[in-house]
Amino acid sequence: MASILTAKKVTKRFGGLVAVNSVDFEIPEKSIVSIIGPNGAGKTTFFNCITGFNKPDEGEILFEGTPIQKLRPDQISRLGIARTYQNIRLFAEMTALENILVGQHIFLHASWLSAVLGTPNVVKEEQGALDEAKRLLDFVDLTGHGDTLARNLPYGAQRRLEIARALATKPKLLLLDEPSAGMNPRESEDLTVFIRRLRDALGITVLLIEHHMRVVMGISEHITVLDYGEKIAEGSPKEIQSNPRVIEAYLGRGAATEGMETAHERHQKKAG
Amino acid sequence: MNEITKENFLWSALKIGLLGGAIALFICLIGMTEIFSKRAVIEKVITLGQFVLLAISVSCGLIAARRTSQLLRSPSAFSGLTAGLVAGLTVGLVLALFILAGDKINFRAVFLNASPALYKVLTFEKGIGGAWILPAAGAISGLLGAAFPLIPTSVRRPLFHAVLFLFFMALFSGLFRVVIINQGEKGEKIAKYLFGQTGMTVPGASIFFVLVGAISAFWSAFGKQIKTSASNLPKGGKIGLRVVAIVIIGIIALGLPRVSGPFIAQVIVIVALYILMGLGLNVTLGFAGLLDLGFVAFYAIGAYTVGLLTSYGPFGMQHISFWAAVPIAVLVAMCAGFVLGLPVLGVRGDYLAIATLGFGEIVRLLAGSDFLINYFGGPQGVIGIQKPCIGVLEAFTKIDVPRMCRGIELKDPQDIYYLAIFSAILIAFVSWRLRESRLGRAWMAIREDEDVAEALGINLIQTKLLAYMLGAAMAGLGGAIFATLIGSIFASSMQLIVSINVVALIIVGGMGSIPGVIVGAIALIGLPELLREVSEFRYLLYGAVLIIMMLVKPEGLWPSQAAKRELHHLDAEAGTEL
Repeated sequence: MASILTAKKVTKRFGGLVAVNSVDFEIPEKSIVSIIGPNGAGKTTFFNCITGFNKPDEGEILFEGTPIQKLRPDQISRLGIARTYQNIRLFAEMTALENILVGQHIFLHASWLSAVLGTPNVVKEEQGALDEAKRLLDFVDLTGHGDTLARNLPYGAQRRLEIARALATKPKLLLLDEPSAGMNPRESEDLTVFIRRLRDALGITVLLIEHHMRVVMGISEHITVLDYGEKIAEGSPKEIQSNPRVIEAYLGRGAATEGMETAHERHQKKAG
Repeated sequence: MNEITKENFLWSALKIGLLGGAIALFICLIGMTEIFSKRAVIEKVITLGQFVLLAISVSCGLIAARRTSQLLRSPSAFSGLTAGLVAGLTVGLVLALFILAGDKINFRAVFLNASPALYKVLTFEKGIGGAWILPAAGAISGLLGAAFPLIPTSVRRPLFHAVLFLFFMALFSGLFRVVIINQGEKGEKIAKYLFGQTGMTVPGASIFFVLVGAISAFWSAFGKQIKTSASNLPKGGKIGLRVVAIVIIGIIALGLPRVSGPFIAQVIVIVALYILMGLGLNVTLGFAGLLDLGFVAFYAIGAYTVGLLTSYGPFGMQHISFWAAVPIAVLVAMCAGFVLGLPVLGVRGDYLAIATLGFGEIVRLLAGSDFLINYFGGPQGVIGIQKPCIGVLEAFTKIDVPRMCRGIELKDPQDIYYLAIFSAILIAFVSWRLRESRLGRAWMAIREDEDVAEALGINLIQTKLLAYMLGAAMAGLGGAIFATLIGSIFASSMQLIVSINVVALIIVGGMGSIPGVIVGAIALIGLPELLREVSEFRYLLYGAVLIIMMLVKPEGLWPSQAAKRELHHLDAEAGTEL
């Protein structure tokens, strides 16, 4: 299978700290892959390099063959990469519907003058955008909450709205940064189904950062493990689960007797 | 147990009274009482100064009574009235003590306004012996205040409205008098009956009191019925009702400057110009969240462009008509917005405020500088700006001679009024359309979270620049009208305080809200202009209003639609959860 995104020897430094160190990475088209690793392993920095928030100091990132490491975030978004955030970053004072409409920005072309004049084209375009936004709202089970301010939505709904907003940019590659954070087992189960549906129904490639091992192991076709900015392992969920370096990275030396599930629970406790 | 609480409620009444006394003393010592005493609420009965002091002791009585009902387990009418009496008496005693002390000590060395005139006002011109009147008046008014909640609502509300209306009539009576006198001989007779030289006459005040009281009583009795029957109308009827309302408002708006005379028309024009500036800043600050403390620069640029292009004075570069100059002025202001926008694109928050503040000062200093005196006239400014002409403008002949207008020349503020109002309505419409467009959403997204907006494909550079440019264009239009209204422009009228006023009116009105800009401009610019008596205390009141607003209603007088929609939504779906 062809790869939709290829990262070659990507390095990002913050002062003396090497957040991402010469990471090679590949995402096959229409796959669901994950990056895992302990806190501070450089996962989110790597995400930021892909979406243009951080410019890598070295290396190359190719998206469908085009180098993107020097592009601005808005240009990268136009190529077809969208993301969500570890701590939800919705436009809090805007309604759910408006949040999604902002996501459609790149497909709307009305100039300020034609918007003021209210030309038939603009009216048509806006109506189309509104229909699409409502469809996306339905898609993430938020029917009827279009007029609610984003900040007043419950936590789970905010997570879903953020995904809907990302979907509005019609991405080919969707980056989800800890989508199951703060969810109970039942909700994470639903999320797994939902992510599969994104891939199967919409043909979107999904890259996850995730701490929730049940989600990661259940959904990923391929897993990459980062620790201190370096890639220490990659492979199928099964391979990762039994990889001694991974267990060591998570639990420290000599703790290999504990399972990873408990390690995750400990992490959650710490986070809570 | 009961003994302790009883002491408590009297003590609290005393504290409220002391606080009220301090406020009253403050008002006296800043000179407000003295100035307000020249203006009567009802001639020969009560002056505005006395009215304000009475209002303080009445409120103290009211608050003390209310406080008592909270403090006591079994509050009675008697305890409330006692508390009111104590509070009102205390207010009066504080002032009386001040008078007695003032007889022995010269306060004037420190407080300039502790003048003999003030003592005269406070003692009702009876000398030191009149000091006892104040505590008595305080006690009675405190008692009245405490008795106020005991009156049934159906009487209380009309009474309150009527008194409030009398207060406003007292503030504006000079204006009303002039307006009515302007309506010819009959008007003069009516004006003389209703108003004296300094305030309302006794019959005038009684007429207003009864009229407003009756209307208020009628509305509280039948208002609900009228409202429900209006909302039960068929769709056609509702539209009809709306059309009738719009027509009535339109007729009032068209006729107002003719009826009211030039002064009020000029004030309305100034308000409209501030609305234009406010709408402009509302695009950059309210929508896109880009603070601009030098907004007056664009106003100045619009004004100078029109000035230089149309002036028949020595600095007129071209002598084109106002109508041809306006689009150029708007365009030049837009370019200035672009020029300001470019360097400050990467600057955020506090730094942005400082950078834009610098821009505003640079423009003002350049316009008034000796360096460019041959172009902008330096401190003398640009004079002889052509008035707008609807019709044919004859060719320019020579310097200092205006071009002849064959047709209607918009000479007076009363004529410019229509231009200003039309522009304000037009720009409000443009703002509204922009807000509802993809661009408006992009601006709001940038305001909320710049990084996320960029990650969704919004080009920050283009979008921010456009916000600066369109905002500047609106202010430029305001400046253009200002130039032709005054007929001359001076760099010294483009002060920082104008920019601050615009920011303040947006905050008071409600960030990002278009009606908020209008309400804010009327409240912060229009009212102080109309209230000449208050103008001396303008910035004092201004500061007080801003602080109170931020504490009580931080979202503004008329918050933006999203906030309202949300409240409505919560009301409709109270109790339902996702």
